[in-house]
Amino acid sequence: MESVQSPATVTSRRGRLRRAGVAARQVVLVVASASALLPLYAMLTAAFKGQNDYLAHPLGLPLSPSGAAFSTALSSGFPHWLLNSILVAGASVLISLMLATLAAYAFSRMPFPGRSVSFTLMISLMVVPPIVMLIPLFELMSDLNLVNTYQSVIIIYAGLMLPFSIYLLTSFFNTIPRELLEAGSIDGAGHFRSLISIILPLAMPALVTLGIVNLLWAWNELLIALVLLQDDSMKTLMVGITIFQSHNNLNVPVTMAGLLIATIPIVVIYLAGQRFFVQGLAAGAVKE
Amino acid sequence: MNGTMAAGRQFRPARRRRVAAWLRPIPYILPSIAAIVLIFAYPLVRLVRESTQQSYAGVTKDVGLTNYQFVLTDSDFITAVTHNLLLLLCVPILILLSVLFAVILNEAARGRRIYSTVLFLPYVLSVPVISVLFNYLLQLNGGVNSILRALGLGAIAQDWLGSESWALPSLMAVIVWKELGFGIMLFFARIISLPNELWEAGRVDGAGWWRLHWHITLPQLRGIIEFYAVVESITMLSWVFAYVYVISSGTGGPGTSTLVTELYIYKSAFGYGTNNLNIASAASAILFVGTVVLMFINFRVRRVDLHA
Repeated sequence: MESVQSPATVTSRRGRLRRAGVAARQVVLVVASASALLPLYAMLTAAFKGQNDYLAHPLGLPLSPSGAAFSTALSSGFPHWLLNSILVAGASVLISLMLATLAAYAFSRMPFPGRSVSFTLMISLMVVPPIVMLIPLFELMSDLNLVNTYQSVIIIYAGLMLPFSIYLLTSFFNTIPRELLEAGSIDGAGHFRSLISIILPLAMPALVTLGIVNLLWAWNELLIALVLLQDDSMKTLMVGITIFQSHNNLNVPVTMAGLLIATIPIVVIYLAGQRFFVQGLAAGAVKE
Repeated sequence: MNGTMAAGRQFRPARRRRVAAWLRPIPYILPSIAAIVLIFAYPLVRLVRESTQQSYAGVTKDVGLTNYQFVLTDSDFITAVTHNLLLLLCVPILILLSVLFAVILNEAARGRRIYSTVLFLPYVLSVPVISVLFNYLLQLNGGVNSILRALGLGAIAQDWLGSESWALPSLMAVIVWKELGFGIMLFFARIISLPNELWEAGRVDGAGWWRLHWHITLPQLRGIIEFYAVVESITMLSWVFAYVYVISSGTGGPGTSTLVTELYIYKSAFGYGTNNLNIASAASAILFVGTVVLMFINFRVRRVDLHA
């Protein structure tokens, strides 16, 4: 291609192109990162402003930083909603992890008739949108007098998490070498013993991954919580946020402070468990 | 008789063992099956039944397909479905941008860790939270317009979510902003797992950046691109409720400019005045059928080995 040029000029041209390429990539990444962070930056700065400061400079740094917005937010229903969210998300994740571990063990290690058909059906349920079940579930919960109770939402969340959880854990259990279990059964360990003492310790990373992914899903869920937890004292944080917004339209910083409080736990979980989280979300796709 | 009994007794231990093996998984899978019947199967059956009924003043009667007829000819429903289909335009944009960013991220000379942490972050955030945030950012005097004005583009600044013609495109931009992180994460995870030698031959041959990635990187990502395309298509058709509900304060407005199928169902069932669970059930059943069709396409396209 460049036969006329001497090797030296070729390399220096390549070198320059290369340096330009490196710089171009950094620019792209900086711009992309800035747009990814812009809403968070706006939230963080606005939460420490007063309303007038926010209106004048929506993206500027706070002129006189104050925590007033936080104390207003915290004196509202916020702390209560936060507790509701923790309770509902935590309980549903624990229940679905337990159920899914048991089922995944059976799918992975116990042959039974209809196993592959039921497994296929189960993982197909992953894509059914919750809104499809919402109306009958709402009617069911009213029949059972469970509307406005934690139980209703915990049961529904745990059930909705099951297909993905069973799928993920089954694929993970399948990767555990059979020999490990056979050694166990020669020693006389029953199924339950080998699940508890052989599989579970090996599956810890998978369980943590799944727990984080499910926890974020439950924490962020809006639709079911909106319909089933209507009492002000029962609302979850996500539902609270939506009404908080309309109540504080004249005081944007208060809403921003509320959003910040709702976001901090997620960002902490994400930063602490990023490795697990990325693995978990990639697990559905990156199947070797 | 005695003879057969004796024979039966002889076989019993073997048969008992077989029966026991058959029963053994039951305590393991029964709790999950019970939960799935309660949360998925029973509601689906009840949904179909109620979609063919009409309740009025405490009296329920069968009305056949009347509810379906109503929904399918309701202009709001048609508008809602059209909007979901328009949202599908996000999918190619998402694929293009996330592959591009994943490739560039992989080639970053430094800071891969911090960039990847930042670029994945939007995907983790709650949809209601970011929807409220963008509500403020996209207002006439919000952050986005103030950036546009600073860049000398003040002429195009406007109330993005308040205009009937711009509300849907703006909603799409918010969804792309949020869902992009998922794609970048998937593609980046795949690219860093590929051996470096893969590109060596191409580099030695002097292939340019585009050719290199078009012929070498892209084919490696094919399976994941398909997966991402299916997941995001399903998202656009039936998982955008939280965005629309928060951004339009539950209305699908301005007008019907951001109305989507899920919100149509929600409003029919729980909205002020409408409150017709049977109509909403029919619309839900239609959405369910749409999802099932997509799922079959998914399995056919991916030809997943379900035995894992």
